[in-house]
Amino acid sequence: MIAELGQYALALAFALSILQVVLPSWGAARGDAVLMGTAAPIAFGLMGFVSFAFAALIQLYVTSDFTVLNVVENSHSQMPLIYKITSTWGNHEGSMLLWVFVLALFGALVAAFGGNLPDRLKAHVLAVQGLIGLAFLSFILFTSNPFLRLAPPPAEGRDLNPILQDPGLAIHPPLLYLGYVGLSVSFAFAIAALIEGRIDAAWARWVRPWTLAAWVFLTLGIAMGSYWAYYELGWGGWWFWDPVENASLMPWLAATALLHSAVVMEKRDALKVWTILLAILAFSLSLVGTFLVRSGVLTSVHAFATDPARGVFILGILTFFIAGGLTLFAFRASELKQGGLFAPVSREGALVLNNLFLTAATAAVLVGTLYPLALEALTGAKITVGPPYFNLAFGGLMLPLIFAIPFGPLLAWKRGDLLGVAQRLMLAAGLAVVAAVVTAAAVTGGPVLAPLAVGLAVFIMLGALTDIAERAGLGRVRAKVAVARLAGVPRSAYGTAIAHFGVGVCLLGIVCEASWSHEKIAAVKVGDQIVIGTRDLTLERMENRTGPNYRSRTAVFSIRHDGVSEGTIEASRRIFSSRQMATTEAGIRTFGFSQLYVSMAEETTDGHVSVRATFKPNVTLIWLGAVVMACGGLLSLMDRRLRIGVPKPARRREAAVPAE
Amino acid sequence: MMSAPLFTLFAIMTALAALAVLWPLSRSRTLKGEREADLAVYRDQLAEIDRDRESGRLPPEQAEAARTEVARRMIAADAARAAESSAAQGNAGRRRTAAVMALVLVPLFGAGLYIYLGTPDLPGAPLAERMEGPADRGDVAILVRKVEEHLAQNPNDGAGYEVLAPIYLRLGRLDDAARAYAQAIRVLGPTALRYSALGEVLTMQANGIVTAEALKAFQESVKLDPTEPRASYFLGLAAEQDGRDADAAAIWKAMLERTPADAPYLPLLKKALARVEGGVNGAPAMRPPAAAAAPGPSASDVANAASMSADDRSTMIRGMVQRLQDRLTASPNDLEGWLRLARAYKVLGDGEKVKEALASARTAFAGNAEALARIDAAAKDLGQGG
Repeated sequence: MIAELGQYALALAFALSILQVVLPSWGAARGDAVLMGTAAPIAFGLMGFVSFAFAALIQLYVTSDFTVLNVVENSHSQMPLIYKITSTWGNHEGSMLLWVFVLALFGALVAAFGGNLPDRLKAHVLAVQGLIGLAFLSFILFTSNPFLRLAPPPAEGRDLNPILQDPGLAIHPPLLYLGYVGLSVSFAFAIAALIEGRIDAAWARWVRPWTLAAWVFLTLGIAMGSYWAYYELGWGGWWFWDPVENASLMPWLAATALLHSAVVMEKRDALKVWTILLAILAFSLSLVGTFLVRSGVLTSVHAFATDPARGVFILGILTFFIAGGLTLFAFRASELKQGGLFAPVSREGALVLNNLFLTAATAAVLVGTLYPLALEALTGAKITVGPPYFNLAFGGLMLPLIFAIPFGPLLAWKRGDLLGVAQRLMLAAGLAVVAAVVTAAAVTGGPVLAPLAVGLAVFIMLGALTDIAERAGLGRVRAKVAVARLAGVPRSAYGTAIAHFGVGVCLLGIVCEASWSHEKIAAVKVGDQIVIGTRDLTLERMENRTGPNYRSRTAVFSIRHDGVSEGTIEASRRIFSSRQMATTEAGIRTFGFSQLYVSMAEETTDGHVSVRATFKPNVTLIWLGAVVMACGGLLSLMDRRLRIGVPKPARRREAAVPAE
Repeated sequence: MMSAPLFTLFAIMTALAALAVLWPLSRSRTLKGEREADLAVYRDQLAEIDRDRESGRLPPEQAEAARTEVARRMIAADAARAAESSAAQGNAGRRRTAAVMALVLVPLFGAGLYIYLGTPDLPGAPLAERMEGPADRGDVAILVRKVEEHLAQNPNDGAGYEVLAPIYLRLGRLDDAARAYAQAIRVLGPTALRYSALGEVLTMQANGIVTAEALKAFQESVKLDPTEPRASYFLGLAAEQDGRDADAAAIWKAMLERTPADAPYLPLLKKALARVEGGVNGAPAMRPPAAAAAPGPSASDVANAASMSADDRSTMIRGMVQRLQDRLTASPNDLEGWLRLARAYKVLGDGEKVKEALASARTAFAGNAEALARIDAAAKDLGQGG
């Protein structure tokens, strides 16, 4: 009965989403307050029914109701409760329902917290949200129905893909979807602004929190996904330039650019065209990302052919929203009145540069991801675009941008003084050079340029702190006054500094991991030793263990560091009988920011087991950096202040007043 | 039929959905215009500039510049909205139309989509409930699961395997059936019947090809009882598949002699015999088309097969081969599977399909020299050389 109630709730949600499109936009066209007023209650109703359907599906998974096909295909009654719940979205149908659930949630949040929005804007925003909901609900109901029933029911499910039987599944997809779908709000605001033909600083003030929240979730979601791939796939890599990863990176890059342009809009009423275009692009890329992963088009182009209905539907939705948004943009962009003027060297100018680089990097990733697919579809040739392309194209674009990060926040609005900024960054630059020299002296091996990259990372971190120090007047006023001013620095400025600091942390992790990792691959017997860096690993014993729905073979190693015992590390292989699949569970021990990573392959008949042990210096900084970035975003989100860019009055000596 | 509680809940849900639209339509509202909303933001901005100046965060001349900028925006917003009418109240006619839309669309799409997608007469069945339910509910899957769990606890209960094996077979779980027969032989000891049943399952697994493993099972079976009909039949089939038509004919002839006239498998046996005798006597052994000829699968269960018409049998075989084909299309990385498929089509006399299967195998293993060599060898065997 629960399955049928869930099915009916989805059908009602479909009906409500039609009304959410029609009634508010009709009201907005006629200036009818009552009709526009239906938008919020309908959005709440939609949220209620979609949540009910989602909860129903979770309940079916928890109780292992095998009369539901989706449960049979992706669940197993012996799984722990947490995986029964997470397997709800560990498959195509369920994940699409999660997507719509998050979308309805954001719609309801806009309805609830949009009290200060003008009626017309709110009606248009919710109507656009309703349209996206309608498209996805049709996709679910007509091609990917999670509530399809099965009679007679089997006694056991086919199990969840073992790679997904991991706590990561509980966190990664919901975070990622909160990010993807959060961008739909910015998109809806952009479309609403284009329909109404007006966009100003007030608009940017309203759209800011949504973009920031989406960006924070997306950042955390990507970092989580990267760490999950790192520990679960057993290769020890943290980024593979895999199309699925690129699919989430592209909207992140666009959202980062959007975030920065929206600040300019809010403070200086400028960069309107950029902001609107980036809002459309960011959501378009998250749609592409969702579908690249979900449609199966990535594993093989032919997957489209096996279910033509799904493929055609997907293309239809993509085309409609992307082409629709861009067409509207093309018609209306010329009507957007340009606001504040600014000189090329200014905070605004720096942010335009930022947008250009981020957009170009997005394009580079997009080309690398889609080119092989397009080629295979057209000519049937299979090629892969590998890390060398991405490292060159993406790294080449990101490095200059990263170098420019500390300069941006120090430049004044409207017209800036690059030389003055450079002078204020001298201390950070000097310390960065020291860091590079010390690194070069301390390490052996690794690429020649690696110490320079370490210096760059230090420069960004210190440069971010310089901004805060400058605002407080540290070094120019008495210490007491400076500390008092430090407390007065707005949270959004702290947010910026922390997020930029996070970029430096992340870069430091990447450079250290890529340059100075040690790796050993060996076939060992019980009692054998592997030397890795300053540590010895001894294979103590092999154990058989039994989990709820798998058996595992575990290698237990003891670690000795310069002769001192540091406990044990365990690597194992799990064999899941229902799907006849094995997963590797890497053993990971963290020492400071560095990690020791051990994974094992199958045993040979004579008792040898292949082991791959890697020592990765400062590897955790990669993800910690992302977490720091997200914290910066969160802090900025909590800054409820309004933002006005204070232009520096013309013809005034630079040194006299600190920039805002 | 839809149960009463389900229908009631559907009705309540429909009413709730309609209310989400009707309720806001019933209230009167005044428009909150862009102008007021914009001005509110700008007023807040001005207040903030004042606060910042007073607390010393903003030097007076900068504060003045910022005030000027905000004031400019306020004037712009004012000018843009001056023309906007604020008397846009709700209109009774539009309200009525909207209410009608809600009352029609919600039940229409709700019920319409549900009728298209729903299965109201199938009750939900959480696993725990099914496991506790009485055994006579006809839930075969649960019965099997219970026996499996019992066997997991008591792996030496041979009778359990013996009961389970034919059920697996009927459910199409051939791997499990083969395992269950092997276990029954291990625990209860070998009999001619058990071995011949095992051999048959193994043959079905190979889509009608009597594999070496199956052959061994049949040989064990006739060792224990030389008159076991199923084993004899399949031994003949194995000979036929090896191209030893004379041997096949000899085995089947001997079998025919001791077969009672009312044996259900008699027609099958006669047909098989006629097939190989034709080959032995009239030189070019042109195999008749699949319907009658299909060796393995048709005889999947001698007793059952006899009660089937030739058409049914042919459908069954084709179904099995088709399943193999589907599986390989979905996951083509199975060299053995492709070769088996090619052989099965050869046996069915479908040369076109043999070619296709080999071509697909070559595509799937492009670049794998070892696999390609095996495919070429198989192609030669099947008369598709080159």
